[in-house]
Amino acid sequence: MICGAWWAAPAGGLTCDHLVTYLGGVVSDDDRVFKALADPTRRFLLDLLFARDGRTLTELESELEMTRFGVMKHLRVLEDAGLVLTRRSGREKLHFLNAVPIRLIHDRWIDKYTERQVSALVNLKTELEKEL
Amino acid sequence: MTTATQTVQVHRVYIKATPQAIWDAITKPEWTQQYGYGGEAEFDLRPGGAYRALATTELLAHGGPEVMVDGEVIQADPPRKLVQTWRMLMDPGMAAEGFTRLTYEITPHDAGVTTLTVIHDVTNAPQLAAVVAGEMESQGAGGGWAFVLSALKTLLETGKPLEWPWASTARAR
Repeated sequence: MICGAWWAAPAGGLTCDHLVTYLGGVVSDDDRVFKALADPTRRFLLDLLFARDGRTLTELESELEMTRFGVMKHLRVLEDAGLVLTRRSGREKLHFLNAVPIRLIHDRWIDKYTERQVSALVNLKTELEKEL
Repeated sequence: MTTATQTVQVHRVYIKATPQAIWDAITKPEWTQQYGYGGEAEFDLRPGGAYRALATTELLAHGGPEVMVDGEVIQADPPRKLVQTWRMLMDPGMAAEGFTRLTYEITPHDAGVTTLTVIHDVTNAPQLAAVVAGEMESQGAGGGWAFVLSALKTLLETGKPLEWPWASTARAR
C-alpha cells in the first residue's frame, strides 16, 4: 500500500486524505445494499414485506424468534440501504419494501454485460429447469 | 378504519437533480417519452384537471390502446407534490379495477440530491398492484415503478435514456 502509515496519522494531520476518506468515510449506496442483503434475517424481513407491504414493527417481530431491539437493528440497516421505507399512518409506523436500489444494480449490470448475454443465460436456465 | 384493507406501495429513488427537473420529468411530455414505459404525458396541472399517458407508436403498432393511463389531478404543488388518480387502460382487467391514487413527493436534500417518493395506493386493484410492483416483468409487462424510477434517475443524471432490455430486443427484431 502506498500510504502505508495512514492509520497511524493523527486526526487532523492526515497525510493520505483520499485513502482515509475512501476507507473510513465514503460508503457507496451499492455497498449498503449488498451489506443489507448479506444477512438471512434481513432477507427474511424483505420477503415478509414482499408478501405483504406496510407492516408495523410488532407484526414483523411476531414472525421472528428475535427481540424487538434485534428486529429494529436489522430494519435500520435495511432503511439505511433504502430497501425499506417507513411511513406514518395515524399512530402506527408502517414498513414498505423499496425495490428501486436492487433495480439500479440490476440495470447497471444489464448495461455492462448487454441484454443478449443476460437473456441467453435466462433462456438457458429456463431450458435446464424444464428438464427437471 | 380503512387501513386494514388498504394496499399501498412506496418506492423511492435518490437523484442528483433539482426538484424542478424531476417535476418536469414527471409532468412534461418531452421528458416522459424518454424513460420508463415511454409515451407522452398530458397534464392539466390543477385540481380536477385531466391526466393522460399516450401510447408510444410501437405500442399502437402492436394494437395497444391510444391512451395507456388516464386519471385526474387532485393536488398539484410544483415542484414538491403531485397527487392524482391513475387508471391503467392497457388491459381490460386492470381497467376494470378502476382508479387508484398516486402521490409523487419530491424532497430536496444537501449536495443537490433530491428524493422522489412514489406512493401508489392500489387498494382493490390486485392486478395493477402486481404489474407496478414489477412482478409481471417476465411476462413482458415491464418492471413497474422500480424500473420507471431507475430509468428516470439515469436520464436525469446522465442526460441519456437508460438502455433497457426491451429496447434492445425490439431493435434486434
